[in-house]
Amino acid sequence: MRNGECGMRNDKGESKRDATPGTANSAFRIPHSALTFTFTLNGAPVTVSVDPTERLLDTLRYRLGLTGTKEGCGEGECGACTVYLDGLPVNSCLVPAYQVREARVETVESLDPAALESLLVHGATQCGACTPGVAMTACWIQSHRDLLTTHTIRELMAGNLCRCTGYDGIVDGITAALEARS
Amino acid sequence: MHRLEGLAKLTGRERYVDDLPLDSFLWGMTVRSPAPRGRITAVRFGAGIDWSQYTIVDHRDLPGPNEIALIEPDQPVLAANIVRHVHEPVLLLAHPDRAALRRAVRAVTIEIAPEPAVLDFRIAPRPDQIQYGADNVLKHLVISKGNVERALAKAPLVVEGTYETGAQEHVYLEPQGMIAELDGGVLVLRGSMQCPYYVLKALLHALGRDAQQVRVIQTPTGGGFGGKEEYPSTIALHAALLTLQSGKPVKVVYDRGEDMAATTKRHPSLVRHRTGVTRDGRLLAQDIEVVMDGGAYVTLSPVVLSRGIIHAAGPYHCEHVRIDGRAMFTNAVPFGAFRGFGAPQTHFANERHMHRIAACLGLDPAELRRRNLLADGQSTATGQVIADGTDRLAILDQALTLADYDAKRTAHAGFNATNATKRRGMGLATFHHGAGFTGSGEVMLASRVHVAGLPDGRIEVRSANIEMGQGTLTVFTELAAARLGLRPSDVIIATADTARVPNSGPTVASRTSMVVGGLVERACDDLRKQLGFDRSIKGDAVRAALVRWYKKHPGETLLGEALYERPPGIVWDDVAYRGDAYGTYAWAAYVAEVEVDLRTYDVRVLDIVAVQEIGKVLNELLARGQVQGGVAQAIGWALLEECRWKDGAMANAQLTNYIIPTSDDLPSIRVAFLENPYAFGAQGAKGLGELPMDGPAPAVLNAVAAATGADPCVIPLTPERLMELIENAEWGMRNAE
Repeated sequence: MRNGECGMRNDKGESKRDATPGTANSAFRIPHSALTFTFTLNGAPVTVSVDPTERLLDTLRYRLGLTGTKEGCGEGECGACTVYLDGLPVNSCLVPAYQVREARVETVESLDPAALESLLVHGATQCGACTPGVAMTACWIQSHRDLLTTHTIRELMAGNLCRCTGYDGIVDGITAALEARS
Repeated sequence: MHRLEGLAKLTGRERYVDDLPLDSFLWGMTVRSPAPRGRITAVRFGAGIDWSQYTIVDHRDLPGPNEIALIEPDQPVLAANIVRHVHEPVLLLAHPDRAALRRAVRAVTIEIAPEPAVLDFRIAPRPDQIQYGADNVLKHLVISKGNVERALAKAPLVVEGTYETGAQEHVYLEPQGMIAELDGGVLVLRGSMQCPYYVLKALLHALGRDAQQVRVIQTPTGGGFGGKEEYPSTIALHAALLTLQSGKPVKVVYDRGEDMAATTKRHPSLVRHRTGVTRDGRLLAQDIEVVMDGGAYVTLSPVVLSRGIIHAAGPYHCEHVRIDGRAMFTNAVPFGAFRGFGAPQTHFANERHMHRIAACLGLDPAELRRRNLLADGQSTATGQVIADGTDRLAILDQALTLADYDAKRTAHAGFNATNATKRRGMGLATFHHGAGFTGSGEVMLASRVHVAGLPDGRIEVRSANIEMGQGTLTVFTELAAARLGLRPSDVIIATADTARVPNSGPTVASRTSMVVGGLVERACDDLRKQLGFDRSIKGDAVRAALVRWYKKHPGETLLGEALYERPPGIVWDDVAYRGDAYGTYAWAAYVAEVEVDLRTYDVRVLDIVAVQEIGKVLNELLARGQVQGGVAQAIGWALLEECRWKDGAMANAQLTNYIIPTSDDLPSIRVAFLENPYAFGAQGAKGLGELPMDGPAPAVLNAVAAATGADPCVIPLTPERLMELIENAEWGMRNAE
C-alpha cells in the first residue's frame, strides 16, 4: 500500500526519513533532530523547530494551526495546498519546511475576504476542499494581470484541480474581478 | 442567494475533519491485504519496532458481529481468515506519531496462501473461482415489456452493439476521514460523510452498542459524489475500534493514495444492445443485457444495477423491451455509489447505440431521437406511463438551437474536407434520470424532518441531510425562509448529529432538495399550525408568536415535524420490476462539439450545451454549478479517467497518473433549464445532482464518431484507444482494397 509521503519523494527520500526514528511528521512534539529557523508568515515572524523531512504543509496545518491550507493529493498535482513563497504560488506539500527559512510565506488566511466576493457570487466554491488553493491562485492572477497577455485564465488555473464546479464558476469569478478593477 | 458557507470556504475558515482541534489523540491506520484472494496464514510484526507502543486491533477485537451492515452482511469490518480483494482491511494500528505509524504499517506482513481470483467480470467464472452463490452473480434483475423476440424477428432492421465503461474514482478533493472519541460512555464519531444514519447503523451493529451509546456527527464534507455514501461506515468502525481499544481519541484520515486504492469506485459495465427498428427509424424492440462488476462484496451493487437497468432503454417509446441485468462478484475492491448510480453506464450504451442506429439508417441522430422520445401517455420500460406535461421535443430543440447544431454540422463538413490533421463533429444525447430512491425505497426510508422554533423567534431545521458542496445548507435555508416568510438569517440549519436530528434518510439519489426539501416545507407548516396559524400567516407574526410561545413554555421546545408520504397514484411491483420506478424524472438533451487531432488522437471538447427540465430551479447559481460540475466529471469519465488494474489493485492510485480534467481541458459548459413544477417536490423541484453525469459521455463519443467515422464503444476513450480504433480501421480498409 501507499503511504502518502509522496510529497517528500523528490527531496530527501526514504533513507533520510528512516534515519530519524520516532520523529513526527505531523507532530505535536519536537524531535531530537529538529531544525530551528525563522520565517515570515502572513506578515509576522515565526520561529519553528521541525523535522528535516517535514513538509511546509504539515508545519502550517499541524504545528501552527493554519488549517485553511488543505492537503488534496500530497504530490503537487491538485493545488489545494497552494501558498505564496516569496510571492510565488507553490504547492506546500512539495516544499520541505526548512526551505522557507528567512523567506516570506503567505497562506489563505492572509487573503482579504473582500477580494473573494467575486468568486463567491459566481459560484467558484462548492465543497470547499480545493477552494483555499483556488482562492490563492485566483488572487495571484489578479495581482499579475500582465500574465493574461500570454496566458488564458484557464491555463493559469490548470494547477488547481476542482471536482465540483467544472471551473466555470472559478473562471467567471476571476474574470469579473479583473473587469471590476480595470 | 449565494452559497451560505461560501465565504468560510474561500477564506479557509471552514473546518473539515482533519482541521478540527483535538488533544492527545492517536492517528489510526489500516494494514491491508496484499492479495486479491486467499487464506491469511500469518500476520508478522517486523523487528525494530516496539510494538507495545502501538494500539493493535484485528477481527477478534470486535464486540459484535464482524459485519458492515448494509444490504447484505457479507463484508467484514476486518478480514478474519480469508481475504477477497487487494487492500481489504486486515489489521488496525494507532500511535500518536504519524510518521512512526506509517513505518509500523509497512513493517506488518500479511501472509496469504493465494486462491484463484476472479479479475474480469466479463468472463464466466471457473468452478474454482466461484465465491458467491452458485455462479458469482450478486444480483440478477429482469425488466420485461411486450414480446421482444417476436418483435425482433419481425423487425426490418436489427442493430447490435456492445458498449463498455470503466471504473471511475470519485476524487472528492477532501479524502475520507473520521475521528472517534469517548464522551463519558458515549462513543462519538465525527467525520466526512453523506449518510450519518448509515454510519450509526453500522456502528450499532458491529459494536453491539445501543443507540444511546453512539453518536455520529457530520463534519463539513469536501465532496462526496457517492464515495462518502457507504464507505464512511468502514472507516468509522475502524476509528471506533481503535478508540475502544486505546481509550483515546483516534483520527483516521486517508491520504490520496490510500483513498484511491482502497475505497469504492464507479461500477465498470458491459452493455449489449439488440434493437429492432423500422426503416424510418421507429424503435420496435430493445433487447438489452447489462453486466456490472460488483467487486468483492455486495455493498450497494443490487441497487446500482436496479437503477442502471431501469434507465437502460432511455427516454424512448418502445412496445417491446427486455432488460437483463447482472451484477457480478469479482475479487476487485468493491464498487459502490457514484453520482448517477448505474444510470450513466446504461445511458452511455443506449445513447451511443442510438447514434449507431441513426448511422445505419442514414438518419440525422437528432431526427432519430425526435421520432422516439416519449410523448405523454406513452410508457417506459417498466410500464410507467409518463404524463407530466413536459415537452421533451422542446428540450431537444432548445439544445440543438443553443448548440447551433445544423450550422455547425455543415461547417464541420467543410472543415473536415480541408483540414489535414483535425476533425470536428457534433454529438448528442437525450436522457432522463429518476429522482429519489427507486421503487418503494422512499417509503422504506420513512424520512422524518423537524423544524424547531427558537426562543428568539428564529427556527432551526433538523435533518440528517448534509452539505457536501451541492448546496443543501443554502437550499434548505431558502426553502424554510420562503415557507414561513422569514429572512434567511432567521433560519439555522442544524449540524447533522444523530443525537439531535431525526433520520431524514441519506444524502444520495438526487433526493435532498426534492424529497427532504419538501419535508422541510411541511415541517415548517406543522410548526406554524402548532402556533395556531394557517398558511397565510408569515414573517413577523411567526417570529413574534414563537417568542410568545417560549415565554409561556420555559424549558420546552416547539417542534414542527414532517414524515414522508408517498405521492398518490404511484404503484411499484418490486418482484416483477414493473410500475412507477420513480415518482418523477428529470429530462435532458446535451449536445457536444469536439475536435479530434489525428496526429495525437487527442479529443478536445470545444463546446457542450446542457439543457434540462428539472421541475423548478430552486437556486439558479447552485443548480448551474451542479450541472457544470457533473458535466466536467462525466467528460473526465468519457475521455481521461482510467483505473489501471494490476492483480486486482489499482496501479495508478495517485493524481499524477489518474487524470481528471483541469480548467484547461474543458470549455465553458453552457447550461439552460426548463421548468415544469413537480407537485410533490419542494417548490416544484425535481432531483438534479446526478442527471448531468448521464449525458456527456455519449454526447462526446457520438461527436467523436461524427468527426472521425470511427465507432468508439469503450470509455475512457483515451488517445491510445482512439488511435487503435482509427488505425486498425484504416489498415482494414487498405487490406480490403
